[in-house]
Amino acid sequence: MTRLSWFNTVSLTLGFAFLYIPMVILIIFSFNESKLVTVWAGFSVKWYGELLQNEAFLNAAWVTLKVAVMSSTIATVLGTMAAYVLVRGGRFLGRTLFSGMIYAPLVMPEVITGLSLLLLFIGIGLDRGVMTIVLAHTTFSMCYVSVVVSSRLVTFDRSLEEAALDLGCSAAEAFRLVTLPIIAPAVISGWLLAFTLSLDDLVIASFTSGPAATTLPIKIFSAVRLGVSPEINALSTIMIAIVTVGVVTASLVTKRQLVRQRRDEQNAERS
Amino acid sequence: MRRFILIAIPYAWLLALFLVPFAIVFKISLSDAAVARPPYMPQFDWVTGIGAFLAELDFENFTWLTEDDLYWKAYLSSLRIAVVSTILTLLVGYPMAYGMARAPSEWRPTLMMLVILPFWTSFLIRVYAWMGILSNEGLLNQFLIWAGLIDTPLTILNTNTAVYIGIVYTYLPFMILPIYSALERLDGSLIEAAEDLGCSRMEAFWLVTIPLSRAGIIAGCFLVFIPTLGEFVIPSLLGGSDTLMIGKVLWEEFFSNRDWPVASAVAVVLLLILIVPIVLFQRNQQKQQEADQ
Repeated sequence: MTRLSWFNTVSLTLGFAFLYIPMVILIIFSFNESKLVTVWAGFSVKWYGELLQNEAFLNAAWVTLKVAVMSSTIATVLGTMAAYVLVRGGRFLGRTLFSGMIYAPLVMPEVITGLSLLLLFIGIGLDRGVMTIVLAHTTFSMCYVSVVVSSRLVTFDRSLEEAALDLGCSAAEAFRLVTLPIIAPAVISGWLLAFTLSLDDLVIASFTSGPAATTLPIKIFSAVRLGVSPEINALSTIMIAIVTVGVVTASLVTKRQLVRQRRDEQNAERS
Repeated sequence: MRRFILIAIPYAWLLALFLVPFAIVFKISLSDAAVARPPYMPQFDWVTGIGAFLAELDFENFTWLTEDDLYWKAYLSSLRIAVVSTILTLLVGYPMAYGMARAPSEWRPTLMMLVILPFWTSFLIRVYAWMGILSNEGLLNQFLIWAGLIDTPLTILNTNTAVYIGIVYTYLPFMILPIYSALERLDGSLIEAAEDLGCSRMEAFWLVTIPLSRAGIIAGCFLVFIPTLGEFVIPSLLGGSDTLMIGKVLWEEFFSNRDWPVASAVAVVLLLILIVPIVLFQRNQQKQQEADQ
């Protein structure tokens, strides 16, 4: 393709400005000396200091992290199993219901998912806390994991597995030695997706958490409802920084892998 | 045996934590307020049988929804907000997706990453970022006054305009990505052919590019429309007291009024409204998959 036309240049510039200016402003004002978020009064990192002393936020961050690690790990196991069953399982009783239940939570409004899980937990007399949030997050994120993993399973060559079986592997060995390494990138990105979804979730966590466990989004939401505060700006900046480093690193790693793969392919063709 | 376990574990999980909870919502939406007040226990007695169980249920809560203006207005205004913001997102997202697809191929991964990055950052924070910009003494008003465009600050925060801005901003990646993937696959020679055959650039765009990116446009619109309809965070942070959205109504019905049966009925009706777009979306996805093969 040739150079961008002026129209494309303008639409991309304006579009990315729209996407990034709010976040850049947020970051700049997190270093503002003033308590007022809209008036610049000089550079300061005092809000970061106050944030680090705010125990309610630190506790909530810890709970959020615990919930995210647990729920995304369980969701990855369950979601991978579900994807394997959907792609390789063949026919079984209630297959349509099963695949319906895998896709439905993806489009279900969060308020409904949250409400229904809360009613269940109350119905069976489960005390709300970290455990109930983990159960709730696992349920919706396993569906995302299974969509990601099954798209990888569909495209990979089944004969590799069959060859392993012919060469004397048990089914479990074939899965561990052949299938799992091939679908590993999808499993990892499924875990990351589940992890981010759990970190980010406000609505479902609000319904399923009790007074004993508050997650960071719930804390942020109740603070933000009262108005804009520089402490939240500092917290947001930290979160944006972590995500940016994570996403950029991940994309550099995949890029390097692609380059290496292409080089290997070229070498293979030459020889 | 092993296959059975493999199927049974995720199956049982989803039955217990997705289907059963939804059945409970459905049941409570048909119950009387007194029966369904916390602590709610599913009351089912095999002795008196299904007949008695069903006799207890009625549509009282649903009738209530039709009698009170609030719910009608909330559903209608949610639909309107969802439709308008889907169109706005398309108007902002299409030119961006088009520009990305036309960009030199070595730029594309970077542009893709720039679109995906906001998607990975917290939804709540992205909505929050607009609160400081849109408020009366916020940066947008400061800028407009400085530029001499207005004399008195505009009220944007706590209005529907702010809700539209918030929705377009947070859901933009969902619109761009499917359209971009449709446009990227588009064969450039088709446009050249159209131009050779006498189309102007605009005509080629309307007659060739738009129809060939239709699947992407439809997918993007559904991906924005469906979650927007039940949206809670954006209207409660950016919207005002006159912003009525059904997700917010459900939330308040549940947490402030503690009326569980009505909250459940609101949820059931919301789901009924969503069934149509969800089914259409799935059909579109299926068609696209078949076209790919």
